[in-house]
Amino acid sequence: MAVSGTKTPVAGPQGDPNSLQASIKDAAMAAFLAGVLGFFFIGIRTDIAPGGLDLKMRWGAWIISILIVFAGRLLLNLFVYKTRRPVTRNLSIGLSGSESRLAQAGKVLKWGLFAFALILPFFFTTFFPGRDRQFIDLAILIMTYIMLGWGLNIVVGLAGLLDLGYVAFYAVGAYSFALLAQYLDFGFWLALPLAGLLAATWGVILGFPVLRLRGDYLAIVTLAFGEIIRVVLLNWYEFTKGPDGISGIPKPTFFGLELKRGEGGFADFFGIAYDPIQRFIFLYYIIFILALITNFVTMRLRRLPIGRAWEALREDEIACRSLGINTRNTKLTAFAIGAMFGGFAGSFFATRQGFISPESFTFLESAIILAIVVLGGLGSQIGVVIAAVVMIGGIEMLRNLGFLQQVFGSGFDPVQYRMLIFGLAMVLIMVWKPRGLISTREPSAVLKEKKRIGADMVAQGEGH
Amino acid sequence: MKTATKVKTTGDATPNWDADPVLSVEHLTMRFGGLVAVGDLCFNVGRGDITALIGPNGAGKTTVFNCVTGFYKPTEGRIVMRHGPGRQDDAVEAVTASGLKWQSTNAGGVFLLERMPDHEISHKAKVARTFQNIRLFGGMTVLENLLVAQHNPLMVASGFSLGGILGLPSYKRAQQEAIDKAVYWLERTHLVERADDPAADLPYGDQRRLEIARAMCIGPQLLCLDEPAAGLNPRESAELNQLLKYIRDEHNVSVLLIEHDMGVVMEISDHVVVLDYGVKIADGAADAVKSDPKVIAAYLGVDDEAEIDVPEIRKDVAKVAAESDGATAAGSKKASARKAPAKARKPAARKTKAAAPAADTAFAQPLMATGAKAPAKRGTAKASARSQEKTSAKAPEKARAPKTAKAKTGTTGPAKTAAAGGAAKSAAAATPAKAKPATRKPAAKPAPAEASEIKIANSGDYPGKQPHGTRKPRAGGGNNLTRIKGIGPANEKKLNTLGTWHFDQIAAWKKAEIEWVGAYLSFPGRIEREEWVKQAKVLARGGETAFSKRVDKGDVPTSVPGRRGAQPKKTTAKGGKA
Repeated sequence: MAVSGTKTPVAGPQGDPNSLQASIKDAAMAAFLAGVLGFFFIGIRTDIAPGGLDLKMRWGAWIISILIVFAGRLLLNLFVYKTRRPVTRNLSIGLSGSESRLAQAGKVLKWGLFAFALILPFFFTTFFPGRDRQFIDLAILIMTYIMLGWGLNIVVGLAGLLDLGYVAFYAVGAYSFALLAQYLDFGFWLALPLAGLLAATWGVILGFPVLRLRGDYLAIVTLAFGEIIRVVLLNWYEFTKGPDGISGIPKPTFFGLELKRGEGGFADFFGIAYDPIQRFIFLYYIIFILALITNFVTMRLRRLPIGRAWEALREDEIACRSLGINTRNTKLTAFAIGAMFGGFAGSFFATRQGFISPESFTFLESAIILAIVVLGGLGSQIGVVIAAVVMIGGIEMLRNLGFLQQVFGSGFDPVQYRMLIFGLAMVLIMVWKPRGLISTREPSAVLKEKKRIGADMVAQGEGH
Repeated sequence: MKTATKVKTTGDATPNWDADPVLSVEHLTMRFGGLVAVGDLCFNVGRGDITALIGPNGAGKTTVFNCVTGFYKPTEGRIVMRHGPGRQDDAVEAVTASGLKWQSTNAGGVFLLERMPDHEISHKAKVARTFQNIRLFGGMTVLENLLVAQHNPLMVASGFSLGGILGLPSYKRAQQEAIDKAVYWLERTHLVERADDPAADLPYGDQRRLEIARAMCIGPQLLCLDEPAAGLNPRESAELNQLLKYIRDEHNVSVLLIEHDMGVVMEISDHVVVLDYGVKIADGAADAVKSDPKVIAAYLGVDDEAEIDVPEIRKDVAKVAAESDGATAAGSKKASARKAPAKARKPAARKTKAAAPAADTAFAQPLMATGAKAPAKRGTAKASARSQEKTSAKAPEKARAPKTAKAKTGTTGPAKTAAAGGAAKSAAAATPAKAKPATRKPAAKPAPAEASEIKIANSGDYPGKQPHGTRKPRAGGGNNLTRIKGIGPANEKKLNTLGTWHFDQIAAWKKAEIEWVGAYLSFPGRIEREEWVKQAKVLARGGETAFSKRVDKGDVPTSVPGRRGAQPKKTTAKGGKA
């Protein structure tokens, strides 16, 4: 066989890597290997037969698999590996140049998403009248996670302190409101700031011991604290009712008006027809405003000395100390403010569910919130939104994969595969964007021209 | 230039750093487990001075820095930072006794840095620092780096973030002022064009300057720079010198810097403190320190003779040797014997290895060379006044004793008084030291010795006891001491000057003698570390050490191969046991 092409795809000027012959030879080689390897795995099948195992040859399946490998390899050779103009070229350029474009898109997206979030309940009631309740409920859930993500972003994204126990503050907020309501008859609006304060206090209390820890040790200890809170809630039966949980948590009121049917309710007061969807819309706007406050405060703090100190702390703690920054207080502030927003969100969670138990505050919740922050890009606010929509919305959406049954047959249950598909998607995103969806950093102060800072410059802080 | 300069030129006896110190390090000791990184160190940093802290690698310079800036808590000692003029001795003692960390009055303030945490040292005591390996906030822009440095005033202006969140105008004003200040320093450091770039994107030299700019944004009274010129090219180095002088002269900021680049040190320093193995070995004006043989020996290494094979160094050596011919002619033999240049001129013929004779002076070369150009470049009234003062001090014979006295005026230890006491006192101190070995002699030395003693003028300045020495080696000549690891031709000569010619003499040294010789040769602790005595005992018995075998094979460039003198026989080991 005349060797007209080199074996390596990267050929010198003399060799012709585009040759069809070389491609076919390479594909034949791959097919041969597939045939050898696949003979036992695909070509032979063992069945249980009376008196032992029975070998059954599956020549059809074996030949088909060889042909698939041959065809696939040939196509890849022709269009990707052994051509001067691979079809993936544009793709890779698109990927490498996507950083600034994503940031640009993020800006447009930001206002687009904001506008959509503003009218979201009415969008669903108008266009999906049958399923509006389901969608608005999902939007409330996503918005809760966005708020939690933004809260954790202060600790992990800005201050660079990896906190694996963030759910503890969520739990403190939820239980604060539930217990205040149960023992002292507090309403939601009165309990909300108290819950935030209590969570912040716990943030400081838990922050103190971990001040000197770095890296993996910090992550492990915060993880332990998250679990301690949950275990205490579980075992302090007299006070928290342990695993039974607390039920009958009051719903929020609209300036004293309950959203209920009949006399004195919201609908009655305004003279409109009662609809259960009203309560969902109201809850949605509460969490929407809470999340907006979180975002507003975080964005403001980033431009204040404290926010810059957080980011400086993430970059280099020793340099911070040499510049007169009290790193202890700065870290504690980050823990406290992050915890406070977690507490607000927890309080909202309690009022929305009407029932809480320690089951809701497992490590998995911490992991999901952290995954949202990491996936979105540490320190990026819009990244958290996208990641929360993808992660929380994505998991829910994967429940409705009925169409896959038409492809794989009626025995295929898509719900069983949703975590698999979800995991695959996460892996792909991390391969494509290892530092999160929006990984560039926006400077907090600008002299002449605002330039976004690439992810490779930005330190990730402790525990990464 | 400024008031501080006047103090320097008019003040006759007390140098600026003793009269008006901004920082005093007093009896500072830092131990890490068993290792003494800094031992009983005392020095002052003058207000408005550029003070250089130099010394070989591992001398403890950065440890001193970390103690001053609060990154280490010193094991012992006091570090006083003063705001406002004068020594404020009463205030210092009052604060020390009161147990407070600091006290500030209208006249100034006194800060005991060893009691303060690192961030307060920067915030309250106004001591800024940079790092040996640059520590910038790489992911933040240049401007942001400088704003982080103004954290504390901005925190107050933002009402500890509350006013800032509400968007009060007072914070916006404060932020604008902070940006203006940042721009001012960016202009000074030629970085204003890069203000919006991430700091990690800057080239190395720019990063060094940015770190200095960032430190200056604190508004410090003392700026501590850890090797600011490391990795800079000559042009950048010159720019750095200009910047540091500007900082000193226009902002009246005192500068304490660690530097290995002698060009920088000699050109800009008003005051140089030399450390070796955690101990101060010299302290004084730049031109006094650079010619101190102890500094030359310790800083550049005494027997690292591989360096002198470079032709231009040899040329310099020859020049220095020629100069010192005249200088030593008048000097007494004992005084000149220890002087590096004096010795270097003769051995050329005597020594077997061409490189060896140049030894002592070769180490001096880099210091001398840079020192020579320094006064010329500087040309300030201050410098010339000082150099005059110095040249008169070291005038014709450059005898060691007066110079040590000069160099040690800055110290507060016992050495100061001893040196100030003058020749009479040190001569008196030398006599008992001399007498003792004489009584020990019969036991220590198997061979009959001529009883002539070596007199070292300032023998009493060194701790411990001068070892017994003979004016001439025994019959058959002295041993080849370079077969001991740690002794090169230079040290051999010095030891010969002390009357130490034979292995058994070294083998007989006890702790007191080791201490004395260590101090005399300006490398305390090294004799123990290199186990001279143990090696000498083996060699005195006629045995071999791994090192002496290598020397004899000619594998050690810093030692002279070959055995000399009466070789001890294997059986004459008696005297070795001390």
